[in-house]
Amino acid sequence: MAHIQLKNISKSFGAQTALSRLDLDIADGEFFVLLGETGAGKTTTLRLIAGLEKPSEGQIYIDGVDVAGWSAAERDVALVLQQYSLYPRYTVRENLEFPLKPKIRRLPDAEIKERVERAARTLRIEHLLDRKVDRLSGGEMQRVSIGRAIVRKPRVFLMDEPLSALDAKLREALRTELKNLQMQLGATFLFVTHDQIEAMSMGDKVGVLHRGRIVQTGTPQEIYNNPRNTYVASFVGSPPMNLMEGRLVDGRAVMAPKTFELPLSENGSGGAGTGGAADGRPLVFGIRPEDLHLESGAPVEALVHDLENHGVQKIVTLRVGDLQLRATVPAQTAVAVDQSVRFGWNPEKVALFDKGSGLSLRHEA
Amino acid sequence: MAAVQTSGERALNKIAIVAVLIITIIFLAPIYWIVSTSFKPRNLATTIPPTVVFTPEISPFVKLMTKRSQLREQPTPEEYAAAPWWERMVFDGGEKVVRDGRGDVQWSAYPSRFLNSLIVAVTSTVLAVGMGTFTAYGFSRFKVKGEGDLLFFILSTRMLPPVVVAIPMFLMYRMVGLTDTHVGLIILYTAFNLSFSVWLMKGFIDEIPKEYEEAALVDGYTRMQAFFKIVLPEAATGIAATAVFCFITAWNEYAFALMMTNRRAQTAPPFIPSQVGSGLPDWTVIAAGTFLFLLPVAFFTFLLRNHLLRGMSFGAIRK
Repeated sequence: MAHIQLKNISKSFGAQTALSRLDLDIADGEFFVLLGETGAGKTTTLRLIAGLEKPSEGQIYIDGVDVAGWSAAERDVALVLQQYSLYPRYTVRENLEFPLKPKIRRLPDAEIKERVERAARTLRIEHLLDRKVDRLSGGEMQRVSIGRAIVRKPRVFLMDEPLSALDAKLREALRTELKNLQMQLGATFLFVTHDQIEAMSMGDKVGVLHRGRIVQTGTPQEIYNNPRNTYVASFVGSPPMNLMEGRLVDGRAVMAPKTFELPLSENGSGGAGTGGAADGRPLVFGIRPEDLHLESGAPVEALVHDLENHGVQKIVTLRVGDLQLRATVPAQTAVAVDQSVRFGWNPEKVALFDKGSGLSLRHEA
Repeated sequence: MAAVQTSGERALNKIAIVAVLIITIIFLAPIYWIVSTSFKPRNLATTIPPTVVFTPEISPFVKLMTKRSQLREQPTPEEYAAAPWWERMVFDGGEKVVRDGRGDVQWSAYPSRFLNSLIVAVTSTVLAVGMGTFTAYGFSRFKVKGEGDLLFFILSTRMLPPVVVAIPMFLMYRMVGLTDTHVGLIILYTAFNLSFSVWLMKGFIDEIPKEYEEAALVDGYTRMQAFFKIVLPEAATGIAATAVFCFITAWNEYAFALMMTNRRAQTAPPFIPSQVGSGLPDWTVIAAGTFLFLLPVAFFTFLLRNHLLRGMSFGAIRK
């Protein structure tokens, strides 16, 4: 298995810059998720590591060795794509055997047979082995794709949105399977997705990519609880973090333009370390929907704009003037649309961002 | 209401069938004429109105394959009895088969012309399709500087009617000694077909997702191995369609074959009509030669028919 480092990587296609000065460090045996919107440069990063593209600048190290001169074949990585990674003319077995048969690492027939069968057992696709690929369902195809990757025992698994083309149920099932598989193999995984739920549920570490730059790297908890800037705050989490513009006045958050106030705890995570320095400065306050609560005695009045029932909980959209906030409340909370309610927040959980740069004050400090 | 529509549809269907039948008959009539003439005795070939009912015979094919001369005197009954069945057919037509000093039957020029056609058409097709596929792959998968201009240049070689350059081509060929050679014709036909082949194959290869090859590259295969193992099988349909077109073009080409060859490398198209002019034309023999000439193309197209149908839809049926 392998330790992967990207140092100062830039990649442009013609006039278009896909990645700029990207640094990435993926530890051996880690499940690393690269999270970003379409066009953020996720796939490009993957292709650079696989050796399918060459970086315009910067170095890629696998286990400390600069692999600039290595072809895709020599890097010994496995690639699972969203689609089109199986050969339509081959059976499942032939597809699984294919990575074991190139001249540079041709294995003896007995071993090929054994590895294919073991992979098929692991992924529960033994009954499909002699079927043609075009007769498989989406989920089966993706299992075979993963099988093609694991038969070879590569140094690193690169996965480009392997679950995105599947329906929700199957995606959930394969998510768990894939995570288990990774732990079982102890392999280094680089998993690319635009789906923050996948990132949060699978990753040991998550890197958030935005316009060709890594915005934040950390465990899912770090990313969720302590987003580095407003982009990460609004991208990660469903529903996303509520962001409100305002100012800090005497340890209280004063929102603009529709003025209402909420207390901030002096020693809570939100205000900690920023104290008076942030006083009066234009800020963005961030609060997760689960840290907003509806209470009759709460400080601010709002109108219920919309309700979404999700079974165990409800997502309530509140309106204060032009501002819309989302709060998750237990399903049994009795609220109705257009009802007037009062809400407050958990002052410990408030994140403060600089309005100009969007950076979290905690990270800035 | 539904019943009325159904009967209306049925009537439409019948009209369509009749129309298709009529069109088919119109299209097949000349072919029937050629085929029937090639099985007719000589005296029935030129009757007016044309003879439709007759006893078919294969004497035209025997005559087509052998070298013959006019009989000055009738063969003796012993000679006639000793002759094999096919030689008797020639005697019946008032001719005799030419034999050399050792008594071996002399073949006519037709088999060798036919063979020339096969050699030239097959070789030039293989070359044009092969080079076209590689070129198309390059254009399709790699960033080529001036790709648009190069592709346009390749296409532009087809814009000039070939006959326009016939005379300069002939002069150049004569200068380098390529007239009346197989190589000369093969080069010529390959050049004709290459641009067509590149463009057609590029369309087909563009349709093959490059992820397939990339998966193979990552799996440890070289670009070349990935090309042969993955791209080529996927492109089989396109290759078949391109090959049929190239083969038909090379097989049927007349003008350059007439000009550039006269004996050794002459192909069948200029040879067959050249027989019309020698003495009284024997239309049955010409028809027999034409009929045999039709067979390879028909056979080749039939062989690849499944690929062709899929190929013609240009990747419309995907996934």
